Amino acid sequence: MTAVRVEQGGVVDRQSEVSFTWDNRHYSGFAGDTLASALLANGESIIGRSFKYHRPRGIMSAGVEESGAIVTVGVSHRRDANVKATTQELFPGLIAHGQNAWPNVRHDLGAVNNLMGRFFSAGFYYKTFMGIPPFEWGRKGTGIWMQYEKLIRRAAGMGRASRDPDPDHYEHGHLFCDVLVVGSGPAGLAAAGKCAEQGLDVLLVEQDFEFGGDYLNHGGSDSIKKRNDAVDALQKAGARMMQRTTAFGLYDYGVAGLLQRVTDHLPNADPHLPRQRFLTVRARHTILATGALERHYAFGNNDVPGIMNAHAAVCYLNRFGVLGGERVVITTNNDSAYATASNLAQAGAQVKLLDSRRQVPDSVAGLLNTRGIELETGTTVLNAHGRKHIKSVETAISGGNHWRRGMDEECDLLLVSGGWSPVVNLLSHRGVRPVWDSNNCCFVPAETAEPVTTAGSSLGIWGNSDCEASGLVAADSAIASLGGQSVSVSMPATGGWETPLEPLYEVEIKGVTKKSFIDPQHDVTADDVRLAHQEGFVSVEHLKRYTPLGMATDQGKMGNIIGLALMAEALGREIPEVGTTTFRPPYTPVSIGALAGRAFGAHFKPLRRTPMHDWNLQHGATMVDAGLWQRPWYFAREGETITEAYIRETETTRTSVGLCDVTSLGKIAIQGPDATEFINRVYSNAFAKLPVGKARYGIMLRDDGIVMDDGTTWRFSETDYFMTTTTAHAAKVMVWLEELLQMRWPELRVHVTTVSEQWAGVAVAGPKSRDVLAACLAEPATVSAEALPFMGVVESTLANGAPCRIARISFSGEMAFEVYVGSDYANSLMDLLYPRAMQIGGCLYGTEALGALRIEKGHVTGAELDGRVSIDDAGLGKMASETKSYIGSALRKRPELQRTDRPRLVGIFPKDRSETFKAGSILCSPDEVEGLGEGWITAVTHSPELGHWIGLGFVSGGHEAWQGKVLVAADPVRRGNMYVEVVSPHMVDPTGERMHG
Amino acid sequence: MTRFSAWSVFRNGLKGQRDWDRQWRDPEPRHEYDIVIVGGGLHGLATAYYLAKNHGLKNIAVVEKGWLGGGNGGRNTTIVRSNYFMPGNRQFYEHSLELWEDLSHELNYNVMFSQRSHISLLHSPAAMDAAARRYNTMRLTGSDGEIWDLNTLKANVPHLNYSADARFPIIGAAVQKRAGTARHDAVAWGYARAADSLGVDILQNCEVTGTTREDGRITALETSRGTIRAKKVGFAVAGNTTRLWQMAGFSTLPIESHKLQAFVSEPLKPLLDQVVVFGVGGAHFYISQSDKGGMVFGGDIDWYKSYAQRGNLPIVQDVAECAVSILPCLGRVRLLRHWSGVMDMSMDGSPFICKTPLSNLYLNAGWNYGGFKASPASGWYFADLIANDRPHQHIEHFTLDRFDRGINIDERGAGPDPKLHG
Amino acid sequence: MIRINCPFCGERDHSEFSYGGDGSIVYPSLDAPAEEWSAAVFQRENIRGMQTESWQHVNGCRQWLLVERDTMTHEIQSVRAAHDGVGKVLEKGQ
Repeated sequence: MTAVRVEQGGVVDRQSEVSFTWDNRHYSGFAGDTLASALLANGESIIGRSFKYHRPRGIMSAGVEESGAIVTVGVSHRRDANVKATTQELFPGLIAHGQNAWPNVRHDLGAVNNLMGRFFSAGFYYKTFMGIPPFEWGRKGTGIWMQYEKLIRRAAGMGRASRDPDPDHYEHGHLFCDVLVVGSGPAGLAAAGKCAEQGLDVLLVEQDFEFGGDYLNHGGSDSIKKRNDAVDALQKAGARMMQRTTAFGLYDYGVAGLLQRVTDHLPNADPHLPRQRFLTVRARHTILATGALERHYAFGNNDVPGIMNAHAAVCYLNRFGVLGGERVVITTNNDSAYATASNLAQAGAQVKLLDSRRQVPDSVAGLLNTRGIELETGTTVLNAHGRKHIKSVETAISGGNHWRRGMDEECDLLLVSGGWSPVVNLLSHRGVRPVWDSNNCCFVPAETAEPVTTAGSSLGIWGNSDCEASGLVAADSAIASLGGQSVSVSMPATGGWETPLEPLYEVEIKGVTKKSFIDPQHDVTADDVRLAHQEGFVSVEHLKRYTPLGMATDQGKMGNIIGLALMAEALGREIPEVGTTTFRPPYTPVSIGALAGRAFGAHFKPLRRTPMHDWNLQHGATMVDAGLWQRPWYFAREGETITEAYIRETETTRTSVGLCDVTSLGKIAIQGPDATEFINRVYSNAFAKLPVGKARYGIMLRDDGIVMDDGTTWRFSETDYFMTTTTAHAAKVMVWLEELLQMRWPELRVHVTTVSEQWAGVAVAGPKSRDVLAACLAEPATVSAEALPFMGVVESTLANGAPCRIARISFSGEMAFEVYVGSDYANSLMDLLYPRAMQIGGCLYGTEALGALRIEKGHVTGAELDGRVSIDDAGLGKMASETKSYIGSALRKRPELQRTDRPRLVGIFPKDRSETFKAGSILCSPDEVEGLGEGWITAVTHSPELGHWIGLGFVSGGHEAWQGKVLVAADPVRRGNMYVEVVSPHMVDPTGERMHG
Repeated sequence: MTRFSAWSVFRNGLKGQRDWDRQWRDPEPRHEYDIVIVGGGLHGLATAYYLAKNHGLKNIAVVEKGWLGGGNGGRNTTIVRSNYFMPGNRQFYEHSLELWEDLSHELNYNVMFSQRSHISLLHSPAAMDAAARRYNTMRLTGSDGEIWDLNTLKANVPHLNYSADARFPIIGAAVQKRAGTARHDAVAWGYARAADSLGVDILQNCEVTGTTREDGRITALETSRGTIRAKKVGFAVAGNTTRLWQMAGFSTLPIESHKLQAFVSEPLKPLLDQVVVFGVGGAHFYISQSDKGGMVFGGDIDWYKSYAQRGNLPIVQDVAECAVSILPCLGRVRLLRHWSGVMDMSMDGSPFICKTPLSNLYLNAGWNYGGFKASPASGWYFADLIANDRPHQHIEHFTLDRFDRGINIDERGAGPDPKLHG
Repeated sequence: MIRINCPFCGERDHSEFSYGGDGSIVYPSLDAPAEEWSAAVFQRENIRGMQTESWQHVNGCRQWLLVERDTMTHEIQSVRAAHDGVGKVLEKGQ
C-alpha cells in the first residue's frame, strides 16, 4: 500500500490532472496513465477478486496479460465488465468499479469459498451435485443438479453486463497494405521504418495508446528519443500508423482483423464517432513484432496483492512515474530482473534481489553494488505472507535439486520474473505450432510458408538493440518476399543474457501444503495440475479443460507455460513432449458490437422494398416480411381486423377485381438460340412446343428429383423468354441456371439475366379484371378474349405511354392478368389501375387474400413445396413429361418416391363446418391420435366462396384413400384436436372455368 | 474405481485429494480385440460403454489418434435437444434426450445436463405454423414442446430485442423445456471412465494408419501403436470419416467435410437462462450461457469445404450481427475465443449408423453439426448394431443406400448440398 | 479470408463468391440411369488436399469458376473460368 507517484520521470503529462472514480472514491491521476497506474499511484491495492475462491487480486502486470486487476468501467448502458485496468487508458470522469465481489472487492463475503478451497479442487463439479448428498441419491432426471446449477451460475461469471442495448455504434473498414507491422516496440519500429524507406506501403498497428513498446519502459531520454525519431521517420515516409489498435487475429491469405478503439479513452466523445472500428486488413506481408510477456512461477500465496511481474514495476516507474513499493523483494531466475532492481533502487526503493541461480557472474551482480541492492543467489521465494497486501516473504534456499526453508523478509512489493514468453499467439492462429527453445525456456514461432515474419522479443531476442536488428532482418525478408532488393543484415542470436536462465516453474518443499497459483484469475493451482495428472488428464488439452487453466480472460497468457511445465514434471517428460495449447483468436477480447458493425437491429439484413412499397403504404397496406422483402399483407379499411380485411379482399377479387403487388417474384430473361432447349431441360413439364406469345406454368426439380421451384415462363420470340420464379427462390434459381449453363451445358447458346429489379408487377384478378386493365392500356383491344386468350402474353403500352408486358395467367383461379412495367413506372401503373378498379367496386389485396384465393384453388406455394415434396406428392405428377429427360427425371423415379402411400396434397374441411383449425396440425386417425400421424396441414383460410374454413395439407395416399373418413387435426401445442375431412385440393372451380373464361 | 459423490469429494478434501484414482487406465494395446471402435470421441466412447453395459461384451478397445474427446465433442456449443420431426430422426433423438436425462447417474459423472429450455424464436405466422407442425409431432410422439406467445416469451427471456423496429420482430417462440446444455468435456470423460471400469481399453495416441482385409472382412488395423487384430470394427471418426473409409478400401461417401466455428465471450454474471435460437432472413444463430458465465454461441458453417480447424472473418461478422440483433446488450460484451471444428456434412443433414460392404465393419458418421446431442443414442444404437449385426428399427433409415432408395430424412428440406444442412 | 483471383475481376475476398462444390464431378447425361445420377449427386471423394471445386463470383461478374484449392490449408493453386468458351475469349482478350 505504499506505492507512490515519484517526483519526476515517466511519459505521463503531469500538467494535466485527470480525476476519476474508483469504487465510489474520487481520485486523480495524469493524462497518459492507465487506470492501473493511477490506482497504484493512489495506493489502491485490492482491485479485483478471483473467480472461484474470491481471493483478493491486485495489479499483477502492466499489460494485456493482466489476470488480477479486472474491473468494470462505466455505468448503466455504457457499463463494460471485465476490463483490464492495466490497458484502460485514464480519462477525466472515468468511473470504475470492482466486480465479482459483495459488498465490494475490499470486503467480499464470497471469500468464504476460500475456506472451502480444499474441497474445491480441480474437477470437483464432475464428482458431485448429481443427487442428494452425501451419496448422490435419487436416480431419475436432472432436477437436483439444476438446483445446484442456479447457485453455481450466480457465483460464477465475473462482471455483470449491462442489460440495456449498447448505445454506441461501431464501424467496419477495409484496408490494404504491402506490409502490416504488428507492434511498435524496438523491433516493430525498426522493421516498419526500413520497409517504408524502401517505398513499401506500411501499416503499423500498436495496441497501446502510445507507440514505442518497451522503449517506454526505460528511464532516460535516449530510449524516448529513439522512439520519437523512429515515429517521425515513419510518418515522413508516409507509413500509416494506428495506435489503440489491436491485431486480434490472423486469418487466411494475410488477412488480419484489427480492432481500433476510437473513443474508449475520451470523456465526451463526439457522438458521430464510432466507439470502435473493426478493420479487415489484407497485407501482402506481415511482420509480427508482438513482444514477449514476463511470466511468474508458482509459490505459496503467489497471488497476494502486491505481487507483480518484475518488468511491470519498471513500466510503472519509468513510464508512469509510479514506484510500486518501498521495500521491494525481487525474485528471479534470469538476468532481466537486474535492471529492474537497479531502476527501483535508483528511484529510492530498498531492494533485495533473490536469484534462484547459484552462480551469477560479477558483471551482472556488479550492476547492483552501486545502488545498495542486496543480492542473494541460490535463493528464491517459497511463500508470501499478507492477507490483503503482501507483508513479507519466506525464502527458500537452493540445495541443488531441492529447496529448504530460508528466512522471512519483510516487503511491500514482491516482483517476480520466471522468464519470458514470446507472444506467438498470432502465428498460432495460423495453425503454426511454436517450438520449444530450451536455452531460453520458451516457445518461439516455428517457420511458416506464409508471408509472415516474426521479429524482436516475440522471437526470443531480449535486448532492445538486438530487437532493432531483428526488425531490420524482418524488413528484409518482407522486402524480398515482395520482390524488392534487400541487403542481408545479420540476425542477432536469440536470448541475449550473460547468464543462462535457469528454469523455475514452482518452488515447493515436500510436505508443505500451500496454494500456489498458476492461473490467478481462475484459481488454478499447482496442486490442481498434479491432481489432473493423478486422475489421468495428462494431455494439455485435458489439463486446460479439467482445471480450467488458461480459459480466463487473459487466455492463458499468465499461466500456460507453468501449467505445461508442471505437467511435464509430473509425467517425467520434457515440456515440448507434453505439447502446447493452440491459441485461438482473438489475441485480446473484442467487443461483439464492433464485429457486428452497423448491420444489426433495423439494419440487420437489408430490407427489400418493391417499387410500389410506399404506394402500398399510402393506400393502407399493413406489410409482412416475405424473406428479405416486405409485401402488403392486407389493406384494412376503417375498423377492419386482418380477418375481415382479407375475407373482403378475397370476396371482392372473386366477384369483381383485385390488384396485388407481385413484384417480389423473381424474373429472369432467358435469351439465345438454344433458349428453348435449355428451358425444356430445366422444367419437368414439356416446353419444347410453347408457341411465341404464350406462357406456361412450369415446375423445376432439383437433381435429386424433389421440387425446387415453380413459376411461369413467357415466350416473346423464338429466342426470348421471360421466366418468373417464387419470391423465396428467385436468387437460388438464377444461380442454378447460371451453373447449368456455365458448368454443365456449355454448348448451349443461352444467356440468362436477372431482371427482377427491372420489372414491377401487378396481378389484376377477378371477373372484371379485363375491363379494368383494358381501360388502362393505349390499345384496350390488346387484352380482349380473342387477342389474349388464357395463357397468352403480349407486349403493349399503358395509356400513359409506358411500355408493359401482360400475361393472362392466374394464381387466384379467376380470370387474371399479370402486368409488368419498368420499375420506375410502378406507381404510374398503380395510379392507372387503382381508380378504375375502385370505380367498379374492386380493391387492393395482400398476401393473406392471395393465400386464401390459392388455397381455395389448391395451388401450391413454399408452405407445401418445402424441399421434401416430389412433383407427385404435390399432385402435379401428371404434368411431368414422360417423353423427355430433364433435371431430376432420373432420380425422381427412385423407389421410395414412387410409393403410392406417400403423403399427397389434399384439401381439408372441418367436419363441423362452423369450426376452424390451424396450419401445422398433424393429421391422425381418430383411433390413434399419437405417433407421427398420417399427414399434416400446411395452410388454412376462411373460404368466402364455401362459407367455412378450409385447408391444404398432405395425407398418406392422398384424398382418394380417405374419402368419407374423418381424421383428427391434432394441434396439442395450440388448440387441441379438431375433426376434419379430406377432400380434393381443388376446392373452388375445380375445372378452371373462371380463369379460362 | 472410487464412486463419485459429495462424500468422496469431502473425504478427499480432508486427505489432500490423495485418493482419487485415474479416471481411466492407460493400457498397452492387446494383439486382438473382439471389437475395436475407431474414434475416442463422444460417439465412440458411448458405443464402447453401451457394448459393455447393454450387451455384456468384454474384449473391446477404443482407439483414438489424439486425446479422447478432442474432436468435435470438445469444441461444440453443447446444445442438447430433440426437436426433430422426420420419421427415424424423431424416435432416435427422443431416445437420446431420454438417455441424457439420466446420464449423470448412469455414468456416476456429473455431465451437468441443464434442462434449461431450448427456445426457437418465431417471426412470422408462416414460421409459427411450420414450428407447430414440428412441435405437434414431438408432442404426439411422447416428447415435450410448446408454442409461446410474445408475453410468455418476454416474461421468461427478458433481454431479447423486442423492439418493433427490429428487422424481424419476434412474435413468439417454439420451446422445448427438456432441452438445454451439458458440459461437453464431462460427457467424454464420463463415458470413458464408465467404459474403462467395464473393462474397455481406451488407447489414446493410437492412430489408425491402415487396414488389413481378407474375404470381405477387416481382420486387423495398423496403428501407430502396432497392429491390432479385430473381430468387428466400428468407425466413429467425425471429420476423418472419408480418410478411414478410404483406408478400408472404399472411395466415396455421401459426406463432405466443412468447418463450423464456435464462439465464447468473457464470463459474465447470469444474463441468459435458456438456449435461444434465431433463424430468419437467411440468418442462423444459437446462444446460451455456460455455467462459468461465458456466452457460448455459433451460426452457420463457413460455406466452403475445409479440413482446416481455422475459421475466417465473414462468419465471425455474420454471427456477431445476429448476436447484437437478438440480444442488443451484447454489443459491449467481448468475444474471448473463437475456434472451429471439422464437420461430416451429409447430403441430407442426417447421419449414418449402418453396416457396410465389409461384413464386420460398421459405420457411424455424418452428424453434420448436430452430433453432440446425439451422442448417447448414437452410442446406444451403434452398440446395438455391432452386437446384433442388424439395425434397430429406429435407425433403419440411417443407411448409406437411403439416397439410392429415395428415403428423405432432410429436416431442413435443403436438398443434396452438404453445406446447406446443419 | 480466402482471396480468390477471379480471372475476370481480379483478386477479391471469398465473401464475394459463393462456394459451389466438388468441381470434378461430371454429371451424366439427362437420360442416364438413376445409378449414375445417384453417384454424381450424392457421392463425394471429399478430398483432403488439393481439390478442384466450383465457386461463383456471385457478387461480381457472376461467372462460375473452377478453383484448385487445398482443403487443408485453403491455399489456391489455380483459378479458371468454368466455361471453356468464355475462358478462351478471356485469354484472347489479354
